[in-house]
Amino acid sequence: MIAQLRFLLQLTQAQRIARRYFVTNGFDGALTMMGLTIGFYSAETRVPVQVVISACLGAAVALAVSGLASAYVSESAERAKELRELEQAVVGDLQDTAHGRAARLVPLLIATVNGLAPLLIALFIMTPLWLEQAGVVLPLGGLEGAIGLAFVVLFLLGVFLGTVSGSFWLWSAARTLVVAVFTAAIIFLLNA
Amino acid sequence: MPAIKRVVLDVLKPHQPNALEFVSAIAERHSGCLIRITVIEVDEKTETTQLDIQSDDVPYAAIVDSIKTLGASVHSIDEVEVSSAAPSAG
Repeated sequence: MIAQLRFLLQLTQAQRIARRYFVTNGFDGALTMMGLTIGFYSAETRVPVQVVISACLGAAVALAVSGLASAYVSESAERAKELRELEQAVVGDLQDTAHGRAARLVPLLIATVNGLAPLLIALFIMTPLWLEQAGVVLPLGGLEGAIGLAFVVLFLLGVFLGTVSGSFWLWSAARTLVVAVFTAAIIFLLNA
Repeated sequence: MPAIKRVVLDVLKPHQPNALEFVSAIAERHSGCLIRITVIEVDEKTETTQLDIQSDDVPYAAIVDSIKTLGASVHSIDEVEVSSAAPSAG
């Protein structure tokens, strides 16, 4: 089963696409959480942590469903088109072949990656908020911790991208951090 | 019952799986076969290949089935070697 799945992924080069989707939507998830938490942090009145958690959770679920649905719809269409073109090239029906199975399975896999990436990353960034709600004493407040964790995740995504592209990981990580700092600055400016 | 010792097929296959993955996948399904692939022509989406399969008794129908499962099709049988059983003495 796993060997078959690996073969289908190899056949469609889906690993690369899934990796790209993971980074793209994971970046969305991290940046959205960072934006939300900075928005709450820079608000004049301190909002109860339960409200912050609800808002972040709502955004995380919406990102997951959006990622799942959009990737499935677009990948299904792409795979169906590729299969049709291949069928024309080999002059035959490929529905019952490895290509046909891949055209049905790969969109599901890619959609799962695209949906889970922002959800898992958002839930991870929310950890300090859960801990604060549970009464755990943190060196930083829940909001500050979540903002810090969002920066760390964005930095790590940059490191991952640098490793994948074979470029200097610190340079790649610095670029994602610049995006994060730029986003934070805009939010602070708008709330000032 | 004559045994197929060798068969050479003209096969049209998509670029993926590539030649190595293609013959490896067939060999995995049919142990005891020696399979050689030669890429004859490369087009935009397909490759024309020649598949040379040798075995004590080539499972022809099963191999064609495997080829189809991998998205390829057999265009022609170009060469065949068949061995008949020696007549029993007496």
